[in-house]
Amino acid sequence: MDLSLSEDQLTLRAAFAEFFEKEATVERVRAAEPLGFDQELWAKLAGTGAIAMGLPEEAGGGASALDLVLVAEQFGRRIAPVPFAESTAAARLLARAGATELVEGVADGSTLATIALAPPAGGRLRLVPAGAVAEVVVALDGDDLIALRRAPGARPHTEPVPNFGSSPLADWPLADGERIVLASGPDAAQLYADGRSDWKLLTAAALGGLRATALEIGVSYVKARKAFGVIIGSFQAVQHRLADLVVAGDGGQLLTHEAAWARDTGRPNAAALASMAFLFAADTAFRTTREAVQFHGGYGVTLEYDIQLYFRRAKAWPLALGDPKLEYRRLADVIYPDRPQLEDTGPENAEQEEE
Amino acid sequence: MDFAEVDRLADYRQQAREWVATHVDPAWAEQQRVSGSYHTPALHALLAEQGWLGAGWPAEYGGTGNDPDMAAALFEEIDAAGLHMDGWATTNMIARTLLHTATEEQKAAIVGGVLRGEIIIVLGYTEPDSGSDVAAAKTRSERDGEEWLINGQKMFTSTAHLGTHVFMLTRSNLEVSKHKGLTTFLVPLDSPGVEVRAIHTLGGQRTNATFYSDVRVPDSARIGPVDGGWGVMHVALVFERGGGGGRRSGPTLAERVAQWAKSARREDGSRVYDDPSVKERLARIAAEAEVARLLGLRTAWIASTGGLPGTEGSSAKLFNAESLQRQHWELLEILGAEAVLRREAGDAPLNAAVEEDFRRGVVGTIYGGSSEIMREIVSERVLGLPRSRSKN
Repeated sequence: MDLSLSEDQLTLRAAFAEFFEKEATVERVRAAEPLGFDQELWAKLAGTGAIAMGLPEEAGGGASALDLVLVAEQFGRRIAPVPFAESTAAARLLARAGATELVEGVADGSTLATIALAPPAGGRLRLVPAGAVAEVVVALDGDDLIALRRAPGARPHTEPVPNFGSSPLADWPLADGERIVLASGPDAAQLYADGRSDWKLLTAAALGGLRATALEIGVSYVKARKAFGVIIGSFQAVQHRLADLVVAGDGGQLLTHEAAWARDTGRPNAAALASMAFLFAADTAFRTTREAVQFHGGYGVTLEYDIQLYFRRAKAWPLALGDPKLEYRRLADVIYPDRPQLEDTGPENAEQEEE
Repeated sequence: MDFAEVDRLADYRQQAREWVATHVDPAWAEQQRVSGSYHTPALHALLAEQGWLGAGWPAEYGGTGNDPDMAAALFEEIDAAGLHMDGWATTNMIARTLLHTATEEQKAAIVGGVLRGEIIIVLGYTEPDSGSDVAAAKTRSERDGEEWLINGQKMFTSTAHLGTHVFMLTRSNLEVSKHKGLTTFLVPLDSPGVEVRAIHTLGGQRTNATFYSDVRVPDSARIGPVDGGWGVMHVALVFERGGGGGRRSGPTLAERVAQWAKSARREDGSRVYDDPSVKERLARIAAEAEVARLLGLRTAWIASTGGLPGTEGSSAKLFNAESLQRQHWELLEILGAEAVLRREAGDAPLNAAVEEDFRRGVVGTIYGGSSEIMREIVSERVLGLPRSRSKN
């Protein structure tokens, strides 16, 4: 057991902390609303190699899942208006599916790829994350893993859908773009499941970063704001709720790191851990932003204060996957598999009772 | 990062299981459950006789040559067999405290007796009017020549009815501030004036209230300096927190309930597990349990690298105890109407394992530092928020 990060990982984390702090200032985040996409930031991020990182080594990447999680945490800390989780999950999925040609443009950021988290319905993919700004979307259509590629051009490609998370969501008609079948049958299902799992893991990390900043904002506010002659951070009702959020935040980060480690080391429970990490991070991030808004009092609901930026995204980001309760149900079937009924001695017992 | 837990004791497990199979009377666990006394004198005597209590202790105080890793594996297997060793837990804690705080004469006299199994020490910190605020103890100790006179009452002195000594926190000086007027003593429980009364708990444990009326002890019963009891307590409380979580063996309670839900049917004939809300709750429990495990793992890791897991230990304790209770409430509800059945009913689901853990888990957020104290520690030391109560 070793819960420390390596020198390289610490360096990587520090580098991206600095990058996002400098490039994804809150002014930039606000300026990118309501679309939630900043083309200049995207180009710069791709320029750092961040998008290529998640690809296999021969495609210019080779980063571990844990490395990607460390970057995603920093991205989440600044709620940077670029689709890091979607594009990284899609890039890895395309690479695993052997879509070499598509991957090329993805690595340098000229092609923005994303993943549809739900199957198509009514001839379209509904509310695709980053769908307004992506040129490629990967989706599971029946038994086929497909990519839809639309022509390059100025982003956004479609009118953004107004949404409270300020995410570049868009519906994507199946007829929109060239259809490329990447895999079929069980292979397709497995590749897609792995892609979704990557998205869950990276979104968990991003939400972990988001909640860390939201907590800092909340704590600094309660240390400054006075009521009844004292700072409100001296009230136990405030302190104890914040303490719970610290602990849940630490726990969620450990879980996310463990899920990444499990993926990197090929553990059989890696997908279950990614799902747990996602659900726990979503819950903790929203609770944290909600409490921080509450402790801001009336200012918490004004748009001038930054906490509302975090509050909206904390709820919106995980909703891309749908109702979290459905994810809990799927998770239950994985972690409580059917086992042979060793204890089922019903008929014998019945006979004994008759005697 | 590496989250793989290496079982340091793996090589000893088989031998430890064999020891338990040979020496542990299966009736003991049931006796403990029925009586609520979590100490089995016969087991304690056997462990002492075979040298397992003295494993790893300094030879000059009676330590034996037994392998401490084997002893640790033995204790874990005994625990897995459903037997508590509360008498040893408190005795061990105080004996370790004595190594740091007692005189050479005291160490020679007491630690030796502890390791031979002759001395069993129970804790006398909590009082009717003070629990989390341990330094508010009011039990009086007054000097009388070469002796001390002790008067007062202690609460939750578990195992006092089976122990030989109580390690007491007393107020020796009323003239100075709260933390500066305390002195600790190791008082023989057979001293005239000591009375032990049973207290029965929600979780089925038998603990005690102990009363002290003009109890006379020699000055040699005093541990640490006069009015220096808070310093001794600092050491003792570190050992209290040091108890590591047990090894996970067999299916978890949630796994057992899930298995039950897969065969149990509701009145309408539907399988309990097929209820989506049951799945949701079971999955949430698993996620929270994993978080609790990881927070504990972090504490153990920090300790293993020579660090002091202060706030991390408090965080782990807080989350573990709170999430465990949430788990028990949900699991009970999943079991439905039959969840209330006690083991004595004969047909309780999972032989009443859930209801028993539910009742036992209540105290988890109270003892060993209540959740409120843990939150205070995190809030002050991690977030740097001001102390929310007066210092006195």
